[in-house]
Amino acid sequence: MRDIALTRARTAGFKLPQLPGVVWMLIAMIAAFSAWTPSFFSLANLTNVALQSSNLAMLALPMTLIVMSEGIDLSVGSTASLVGVMFALVTLGTGSVALGAISGVLTGLLVGLINGWLVAVHALPPFVVTLATLGIVQGASLLIAEGQVTNGLPPVAHWLYDGTVLGVSTPIVGAALTYVLFHRLLYHTRFGGYVFALGGNREALQVSGVGIRRWLIAAYAMGGTFAAFAGLILAARIDGGQPTAAASMEFDAIAAVVVGGTSFDKGKGGLPGTLLGVIAVGVLKNGLNLASVASATQVTMIGLFVILAVLVDGRRRA
Amino acid sequence: MSTTLKVAEMQLSPTAVTAVSRVMVVVLLGIGLTWASDGFFTPANLVSVLRQASLLFLLACGLTLVILAGGLDLSVGANLGLCACLAAAVIKGTGSPLCGALVGVSVGSAIGVVNGLLVTTLRLPAFIATYGMLWILHGLTYAFMAGETIHGFPPGFRYIGGGFLAGVPVPVIVTGLSLLAGTVLLQRTVFGQELYAIGANPVAAFLSGIPVKRRQITVYAVSGAMAGLASLVYLARMNAAEGDIGEPLLMPAIAAVLVGGTALSGGRGSLIGTMVGALLLTLVLNGMNLLGVNANWQPIITGAISLGSLLLERLGAPRRA
Repeated sequence: MRDIALTRARTAGFKLPQLPGVVWMLIAMIAAFSAWTPSFFSLANLTNVALQSSNLAMLALPMTLIVMSEGIDLSVGSTASLVGVMFALVTLGTGSVALGAISGVLTGLLVGLINGWLVAVHALPPFVVTLATLGIVQGASLLIAEGQVTNGLPPVAHWLYDGTVLGVSTPIVGAALTYVLFHRLLYHTRFGGYVFALGGNREALQVSGVGIRRWLIAAYAMGGTFAAFAGLILAARIDGGQPTAAASMEFDAIAAVVVGGTSFDKGKGGLPGTLLGVIAVGVLKNGLNLASVASATQVTMIGLFVILAVLVDGRRRA
Repeated sequence: MSTTLKVAEMQLSPTAVTAVSRVMVVVLLGIGLTWASDGFFTPANLVSVLRQASLLFLLACGLTLVILAGGLDLSVGANLGLCACLAAAVIKGTGSPLCGALVGVSVGSAIGVVNGLLVTTLRLPAFIATYGMLWILHGLTYAFMAGETIHGFPPGFRYIGGGFLAGVPVPVIVTGLSLLAGTVLLQRTVFGQELYAIGANPVAAFLSGIPVKRRQITVYAVSGAMAGLASLVYLARMNAAEGDIGEPLLMPAIAAVLVGGTALSGGRGSLIGTMVGALLLTLVLNGMNLLGVNANWQPIITGAISLGSLLLERLGAPRRA
């Protein structure tokens, strides 16, 4: 019996690595867009895709952890907007970019902690909780920004978007660091193991006496904090705070996570998939932009993309 | 004999108490607003509150059925937006309000059926299927409208939104009829009881012979159809359609359902509760308007009210290990 099981395991291990669906999707999209618009496959444009995707990566990587724990965070887009507004207001008010950045990051952390507290301590359904906080955060940034000048950031702040570190654009460096951090967290720490178990086998975790609350809260807190980083970069890009700057970005992030193969049950998924998903969403949006599809209409394509990805994912596992 | 009756009464009382307390909150709000603002207790404003609450109820009642049956429909607001724009274009193009109304309601139902199929036959999680649908519909609406506004409809059509029948606003009549029909359906028919059973325990419902998938597809279709109907009332009242009208409507609809005491986990709740929830939310928003509170507070208050009622429900429910 044991031998059979072992041989099975071995032959399964020797199978050709099955490329995830997102890779095929990426190849197909790159081919199609290159054929469609010659300007797509140029160094300038691909750099642009990477720059745009960096922001998304900061939302999508923590979102992967949250989705793996059978949760969701719909509030990250509006949090990034609020953080941008806070950053701009505090920076312009005090003249200190550092103070502005700190207050922005603390704002993001606070929203994440509230989400985590409601979801973990009170066991409320995450999608309704974060939909409600989305509304609250959005209203708050509209209120705060109303009638105030929030643009004209000092040059130091612009470094966050158009500066370089060792010759590489700051946002790309930021996204790479985020990836490394989350990779370590998910695959090399106890916290990561708990994230897998939260989605796959939450009851076993509870029965074995692990306090799951703080880990869940930590996941949402990271979601809020990294949404704040994305918000800072976005504010640097548009030179100030705009209450709706990152509206609906949570949807792009969720799309990247889902397209990357992380599923809403059983704790399945991973960060490499999300990274590919981020690039796929970035390529899709960039290609549609070049094909001059209105950005409001692009959400339809991404919506179809998400439903298709979840379907293919479910079929493959069934 | 009398003791058993008393026990039965005591078991019933928590639901009764929460129901009465909700109505009391509405009444107290009304009294408070009358005291705080001269503009509140006027016929014009009360009619306006009723109209607004009616619209909210029409959007939220289909959602209530979906949630009762253990599902979720995040696409109701976006569905209303698309139906309103399509109906507006048809009315303008053909000059026939009837054609427009038919298009609105049938597009809404069709979207509901697609949601139902995604959730049942294709087994997608309800919130991700309807969340994806939300964005698909928003995008389609923007593409269709391309930034234009369609306005100015024939008086016969606007009657649905602004007219009176025997002194009662037409939307209120539509809402009253929907509430009556829906409540009879839920409480007095096998179909309605089956929805509660599915929401409480889908496996047990399936094993006892209820066609779970068909019932679920039906409730999603009803939710879509009601969004289509609500879009007509909205269109007739506003007399204009734009690409982004659906966007701010989802959160109030969910809030009305939650405030009305329907459990998100399914199997518990009622349409009358949703009506009370819609009234309560409308009173709050109307009162804020009258008192000159910045409109940006509205999503904040709506979100806070939703979270508050979720928390209250959780605190009231027996703790599970």
